[in-house]
Formats: sequence, C-alpha cells, structure tokens
Amino acid sequence: MTSTTTVTDALPDAVVTSRGPRYRQQLQQILAFAGLVVIFAFFSVASPYFLDWANIKGILLATAVTGIMALGATFVIATGGIDLSVGTGMTLCAVMTGVFLTNLGLPLAVGVLGGIAAGALLGLVNGLNVSFLGIPPFIATLATMMVAQGLSLVISGTKPIYFSDVAGFGQIALGELVPGLPNAVLIFFVAAVVAGVLLSKSLVGRYALSIGSNEEATAISGIDVRRWKVVVYTVAGVFTGLAGVVMASRLNSAQPGLGLGYELEAIAAVVIGGTSLRGGKATILGTVIGALIMATLTNGLRIMSIPQEWQKVAVGVVILLAVYTDILRRGKDA
Amino acid sequence: MSTDPTPAVRAGDPPTAGTLLRVEGITKSFPGVRALDDVRLDLRRGEVLALVGENGAGKSTLMKLLSGIHQPDAGTMELDGAALDVRSPREANERGISIIHQEFHLMPDLSVAQNIFAGREPRRLGLIDDRALARRATGLFERLGIPLDPRQPVSQLSVAGQQMVEIAKALSFDAKVLIMDEPTAALNDAEVRTLFRLVRQFLTPRTGVIYISHRMEEIKEISDRITVLRDGRYIDTLDTPGTAVADVIARMVGREIRTDVRPAPAPAGRPVVLSVRGLSTRRLLKDVSFDLHEGEILGFAGLMGAGRTEVARALVGADRSTGRVEVRGRAVHVRNPADAVRHGIGYLSEDRKRYGLLLDQDVTANVMLSSLGRESRAGFVRDGDARRVATDMVRRLAIKTPSVRQRTKNLSGGNQQKVVLAKWLVRDCDVLVVDEPTRGIDVGAKEEIYDLLRTLADQGKAIVMISSELPEVLRLSERIVVMCEGRVTGVLDNADASPHNVMELATRFGGAEHLLATTGDAR
Repeated sequence: MTSTTTVTDALPDAVVTSRGPRYRQQLQQILAFAGLVVIFAFFSVASPYFLDWANIKGILLATAVTGIMALGATFVIATGGIDLSVGTGMTLCAVMTGVFLTNLGLPLAVGVLGGIAAGALLGLVNGLNVSFLGIPPFIATLATMMVAQGLSLVISGTKPIYFSDVAGFGQIALGELVPGLPNAVLIFFVAAVVAGVLLSKSLVGRYALSIGSNEEATAISGIDVRRWKVVVYTVAGVFTGLAGVVMASRLNSAQPGLGLGYELEAIAAVVIGGTSLRGGKATILGTVIGALIMATLTNGLRIMSIPQEWQKVAVGVVILLAVYTDILRRGKDA
Repeated sequence: MSTDPTPAVRAGDPPTAGTLLRVEGITKSFPGVRALDDVRLDLRRGEVLALVGENGAGKSTLMKLLSGIHQPDAGTMELDGAALDVRSPREANERGISIIHQEFHLMPDLSVAQNIFAGREPRRLGLIDDRALARRATGLFERLGIPLDPRQPVSQLSVAGQQMVEIAKALSFDAKVLIMDEPTAALNDAEVRTLFRLVRQFLTPRTGVIYISHRMEEIKEISDRITVLRDGRYIDTLDTPGTAVADVIARMVGREIRTDVRPAPAPAGRPVVLSVRGLSTRRLLKDVSFDLHEGEILGFAGLMGAGRTEVARALVGADRSTGRVEVRGRAVHVRNPADAVRHGIGYLSEDRKRYGLLLDQDVTANVMLSSLGRESRAGFVRDGDARRVATDMVRRLAIKTPSVRQRTKNLSGGNQQKVVLAKWLVRDCDVLVVDEPTRGIDVGAKEEIYDLLRTLADQGKAIVMISSELPEVLRLSERIVVMCEGRVTGVLDNADASPHNVMELATRFGGAEHLLATTGDAR
C-alpha cells in the first residue's frame, strides 16, 4: 500500500490491520479474469475447433454488442439502479438508424448519430422517470422496455429494414481497420476505454458511485442527485444507441423482433464483473471481462454441441457462482 | 398463550410487598463509551417506578438490557427472584417483560389485530384463522377499554391510535413488567388520561411498571417512586409524594460541570451571517427564530424530540419548511441541500454513517465530495489535486489514517467526524450546522473536536451546534437556544446559563400547567 501522507506515525490499531481498497478492487478483477482463463482453457481442451481464430473472432463479435450495452448498464448499476430497457432499446435504435438511412436516405454519419441520439433520448426518459417522477428504476425501465419493443415494431411495420443500399454501413461492424479484427470489436474496446475514463475520472462516474454508496449522504453533501441520475441514465442510453448501430451493421439490417433478453445478458455481464447490484462498487474492466465470459461460455457450449436449453442452464449456474464468490469475499472483509 | 386478564389477588399476598424486578451492578460498554456503570434499580410489586435522566444518562441502554436487545457486561438481573438472562426481545416477552418503545414497531399495512398477534396468530389447518384473530383482539380491547377496530389497517390510525395498538400488544402478553419509554410524547391530554387509566388497570400485586419520561408533571401524577440516572450511573431513588420537581431536576443535572472552561463573551457588533425567522414545519417546528453571528458558536439545547435536528434539516433543505432565512442579509430560498451548499451552509448530521459518509470510499473521495464539481476541469476530476487537498486536510485536522486512500469505514468515530468536517472546510462553507458532533466518540477525540470547532469559529466560521450534552453546550457556545416541543423556549447568554435554567426551559411543555389543573380528581 502506498502512503501519500505524512501522518503515518499515528495509526490506530484498527487502521493498520485493514487492507487497502486498491488490493481489494484488483482482487475482484483478478478473480473474474481467472474465471475467464479457466473457461477458456476448458473449452480449448474440450474442443479442437475452439481455438480457431475464426471462432475467437466470433466470440469477440458476440461480445461486442452485449458488451457495449453492459458498459452503459454499469453506470446505472453503479448508482444502485437497474436498466431493463437496454435490450429492446438497442433494437429501437437500430430501427431508427434504418429509418434515417434507408427510408429517409440521410448521410451515413447523420444516420449513425441519429441512432445513438435515439438511445440517449430513451435514457433521458428513463432518468426523468426515475429522478423526477420517483418511479423505481426496475419499473420505470420495465415500462420503457415494453414501449421500445412496441415502437420498434410500429415504426418498422414489423418488417426488417435492410441496409443493402447504404454504402459502407456494413463496414462499421465488419470492416477491419486493424487487419483480422472486426471493427465492432474495435468499437467495443474504444467504448470500454471511454467508459472506463468516464466512470473513474469524470463527475458522472464519481457521482454515480457516490449515489450508489450512500444516496442520502451524497444529497446532503450538496450534489443534485436527481439531476445526476438523469445524466447517468442518458449516458447508458448513448451506449445502448451505439450497440444498436453496431448490431444493425453486423446484421446489415434492423430486426424489430430482436432485442428482448439482451438486457439480461448485459446485466449478467456487469454482475459477473464484480459490480454490486446495490451500487457504489463498479469497474469497467470487470464488465469487459464479464461480457467476455458470457460470450465465451455460450460459444464454447455451442461448439461442444450442447443443446441450447442446457447452455442457458450453464450460464445461469455461472452467474450464481460468480455472485456467490463475490459475497464470500466481501463477507470476509466486513 | 394465556392472556388471563384479571389475576386474582390471593389471600396472604401483601399488596405491595417485595421486589418484582431487581437490577444490580449492571455495567455495559459500547466501543468508546461506557453507557452504564454499576447501575441498580428495583421495581416493587404493584408500583409505577419512574426512570428519569438527561439524554445519554443510560435509560435506553438499561431498557435494551431488560428487553434482551443487548446483554450486560457485568451485573445481575432478577425477575421474581429468578435470574433474568434474556438474549432476545422474544425471550424477554416470554419471561413477562413487555416494552413500549418510543418509536413504534408496527406494520402499517396490516390490520390492528394482525399487528398485535404477529408471530402468534391463531391457526386452523395450518392457515391463519382470521375470525379467531379478530375475536381475540376484540376480547382484548373490551377488557382494556380501548375503542379500536381490530380489522382496521394500522396506517389509518392516528399516532395516538397507533400508540394504543402498541400498548394493547404489550398487554396481550402475560406481562409482569411493563416498560414504557416516553409513552406520552405524541399524545394529547385526553389520550394521556386513557393511557394512565390503562396503566392503573394493568397494576396488580404481581405486576409493575417502569415509566420513562421527561415530563415531570406526569411523573408526579402516575409514579410511586422515581429513580434518577446520570451519565450511566445510578444517582438516587425518591418517593414521589413529598418530592419537589426541583429536587429531581437537581439530581438529573447534578454532575460537576467544568465551569472553568467557558467561551469568552462574544464581542459586540459582529455581523449576522444567518438570520432565521418563523421557521416552521408541518410536523413539529413552530415559529423558530434566531440570529447567528460571524465567529459564533450558537448552541441548541433541548430534550429528545424537541426539534433541534428538525431545525438543522430544515435549514439545509433536507426537509420542507416555511419561514424566512437570510444569509448575510440576503433572503435565500433553500429547496434542497444543493441550494444550502451554494449559500455556504454545510451540515454535519447526528447520524454520520447515514448522512455524512461514503463508508466504502476512501478519505479523498469523502473529503472532496462536495467540491468535486468546483475542482473539476471540463467534467473531469483532477485526482492529483484532490489527493493533495485531502492530504492537506488530513494534516490540518490531524485525521488519523494511514493514507488518504483508506476507506472511511475503517476510521474511528472521531476521525470519521473530522473527515465530514473536512468536506465542508474544503467547500469553504461559512455556516456549519453540526448536529451532535461528538456522539459515539471517545473522550480524547471529543476534546479534539471541541478545539477544532472553537478554532474554526475563531477563524470566522459561524457554527450552529446541536447537542444533547449540556456540558458540551455550556463549554462551547456563546449563546444557547433552548427548545421544547418544536418551539424556542428561551435564548440564554452563556454567562446566564446554568444546567438548571436550561433544563427548566427544555421542559417547558405547552400542556403542562393545564395538565396539572386536571389531575386533582384523577387519582
């Protein structure tokens, strides 16, 4: 532990024996990473096709969309809230991107930014409902989850919107700026770095963690908690929008029927990464690892020809294990 | 379970002979505080024993020992001559000790009957028998003469009605000892009469009542004897008839107060920093007015529930209030704590773990919390600067921590309090509202906090200090505002203040005289 102060000459006993917070945060990520390595090693041995680069690329591509959503969800969960609308919200953003690019024929950049803006708007609505109407996050975002699903179907006329005529749209996710690595994965990693900086260095991130640690104390300290919650949900919405664009580009279409269930995968990724659902404790690195674990697990089980039904069972068990080890660990230092 | 209402007075049972409950040599410590030190008490059969003492005298702790919430470190407790060693409130109930707490423990959405018989509902075929439940409750109410509808949800009852439910619940156990903690705090005169009638009805040669209250007139009326605690010690037990209220108060505050350390009289002509007029809240505060000067520590004294914390919360916008607040002569409208902080008012809550600290975060995060916005650049926090500021504060306030990266959870109470104080100093607040600044802090650290507050005032900060510890108020504040039942009952200059006149003002209950007049025929 590094000491930056000069007062170490006067330590109460209780303080000396306790371990620093950095050690603990690192441990949480090390554990998650170790889990990822174990799963990876297991499938490498169990299946000869697993380590194939094409397969690894598939895992990374699958990680990208859920992962981007999970990045945004991390902020909401850091406040002790939850966002159930990210799955169908992502679909709504994909559909809106389709409307802008295919139906209205707007320039590529405008369409992409429009899709992301749609996500921000959805997040803003969630934030306002939670903050100013006082609706519990679970209910507020359950409602917008349904609204987003319905709107996707209404706007698209329940039919997929194809981007075949939009030059370059498919390149957003599947082009390879870095040879061999799909852009979707690159976007995910860049988004993760941005999210990481936002969470640990910006006011939004700090206030999100403060609110999650102790909302009342944060309010008494003079922070406009309601306003900052709106910002947090809006940030999550931006990531949802980005996920929608990447998803649409990958499929080269906006599929209005998709989306439901993605929110649970995103939340699972966040939780596996060691972020506490009670709020106050969150890391982006954890979320990235969590998203990788989810995708690796699904991919590996599929490659081993485990039926889809059983894949779900396995994923559920992994979530339980991940959260339980977190509880065990925290029980010790409490 | 038997709820036999009328235990017959058996022949040969002397009406009030013998001890029902005996407590001897009880000692109980909490981290940093010795709450009870060699305390004794005996409750005789058929009597009402009043238990009095200032806030922090140890009454509540003693009750928690009797009700099994805590266990004593040393000493013995006996009920009916048998050792009383209860480990939980349920065990205490089973042994015949029922407690009515100051705060209600009711489930608002359940019915009156469900609340009273929670955990021991009559069952038929494994399911709750609602009809038997209602019948049992009705029987209980008829016996007690309480006009309550067993099927009504508790949330629809008035405060007094809820109090009645608590009492009925306590009496539904076959209680030998009934302990009431400030039972009349929320009741009007008529309801107090009903309560007293219930108490007398409960008394038999095999039962007794311990009655905790600050209201001397009620104690005079209902009790047979009065036991006084002070600073966690047993002081005296007096027979109520023939004892003057002044004698009781003298024993309550009789501790030696260090009169040698008193603040110097305030120099005249200091500017008013905070001016409050007619501050009122819907629930408690009535027309609270005061001025706070630059460099002044203004003490707020009063008993539990007098409304001091409510004043603080109203000032910082944590609760809704009406009235006029001026900061340096300019009227301000404080709707929430963010407004208060903008106007330079910072609040140290009496409950620092709930309202003061981010326990899971480090010293830096806590010290900087209020100032992050101001110290950031383009929405990004400058961690190097933040750590420097925090380190500087750690040094200035002598906060004992191995590093500014230490989580505040691991600091001692005194150092946690300093961290909260540091937060407001970094934010440059001119007005500090400190609520019970030394609660749960050990003696040495208390002195440090006192020195710190004094130094801050000398540097020009204006401080509102709420404290239940009279010596603390007398030692630090130039002037003392005394409150009772949400009103200001007096403002004293330190030189004129004594424990006695503060206590008198603190017990100036509105209804007291009226109550005295109506008690003549009641007994």
